[in-house]
Amino acid sequence: MLSDASTIVQLASYGGAGLCIGLGAIGAALGEGYTAGLANEGLSQKPEQSGDILKNMLVGQAVAESAAIFALVIAILLLFLDAPTTSLLKAAALLGAGLSMGFGAIGSGIGSGFPGGEACLGMARQPAIIGKLTTNMLIGSAVCQTPAIFSMVVALMLMFMDFGNLPLSPTWAAFLGAGISTGLAAIGSGLGGGMAAGASCGGIARNPDTFGQVTTTMLVGQAVSQTPSIFGLLISFVLMFKAFPETVALSASMALLGAGISMGFGGIGPGIGNGLTAEGAVKWVARNIDAAGSLTRTMLVGQAVSQSTAIYAMVVSLVLIFVV
Amino acid sequence: MAIEGVDLIKAAAFLGAGIAMGLGAIGPGVGEGFVGGKACEAIGRKPEEAGLLTRTMLVGQAVSESTGIYSLVVALLLLFVV
Repeated sequence: MLSDASTIVQLASYGGAGLCIGLGAIGAALGEGYTAGLANEGLSQKPEQSGDILKNMLVGQAVAESAAIFALVIAILLLFLDAPTTSLLKAAALLGAGLSMGFGAIGSGIGSGFPGGEACLGMARQPAIIGKLTTNMLIGSAVCQTPAIFSMVVALMLMFMDFGNLPLSPTWAAFLGAGISTGLAAIGSGLGGGMAAGASCGGIARNPDTFGQVTTTMLVGQAVSQTPSIFGLLISFVLMFKAFPETVALSASMALLGAGISMGFGGIGPGIGNGLTAEGAVKWVARNIDAAGSLTRTMLVGQAVSQSTAIYAMVVSLVLIFVV
Repeated sequence: MAIEGVDLIKAAAFLGAGIAMGLGAIGPGVGEGFVGGKACEAIGRKPEEAGLLTRTMLVGQAVSESTGIYSLVVALLLLFVV
């Protein structure tokens, strides 16, 4: 039997590390593959651009890789962490940290691949604006990494904060919920931000004069796409910092776990949806810059509606935490 | 630790509410975003029809929203009624 606490803490720590890098490796690998695929497509069109395209591909892939590197860092920390306490609460916090970073790296990894690939393809089409394409790619993919950074922040806080003498039940569920909330919500925002950034690199390659307007629209669209992951982060912070009264009731724990699950899954769809809307808007600002005002307005209205389900999820989470 | 029947039912209802709203929000979020993207595409092609297109987008999104509202209703029922 797993009777002593330190065994269970180790179990959670190793399990969390495995989940962290296992899940965390999915996104970056997919994103980098996408970038390399479009780089090859570009090379087949313009083999004489091979130097620039290859360089850009590697830079783009390096940014996408960073999501997986965050996950690797957290996994290694979890493996070699000398847990300061051996309380069972620490076990829940470590497992939550692994889940947060593991899920959180998926969206950013895939999302960062889109601008990388489109920039490589764009270089084959418009060799004259290589600098602009790389700049735009880097801005766009940096924003894509934000959700992964949120996840890493939550993971590090769960691992290293001193939670004092909080009661095991229901705080264990709050810590697991905190990891799930930010981790899952980051998937949508990472993907969504990537769609907007990819469309903007493609758009600039098609019509280089629109560089300024396209980048602005991309950033506005990406900012809205990040909202679900910010909601996720908010719910995680509430779950981590609110002191819950001790209770043996299972229902109190399940309410907190449910709050994390609601906000986490609930953030995925709106994040992707906001990205799809931003993708359409950015793409068409580049093709028809005269309609930029109307497009930005429509994008924001469309995103606001798409955001509503994330707000429902947040409301349900807050009710689960504060009301029931 | 003895878990009583009422507590177990409440626990399942709370977890169920989280799962219902969480998973239920995925579809409408993606669907409404897709509508928004296509509306932007259409406005880019025909800016003079922006009013009609925005209206159509909102109607389409409202229909797509319905399943999200079903999830919300089920979640609230699980929280406060069951």
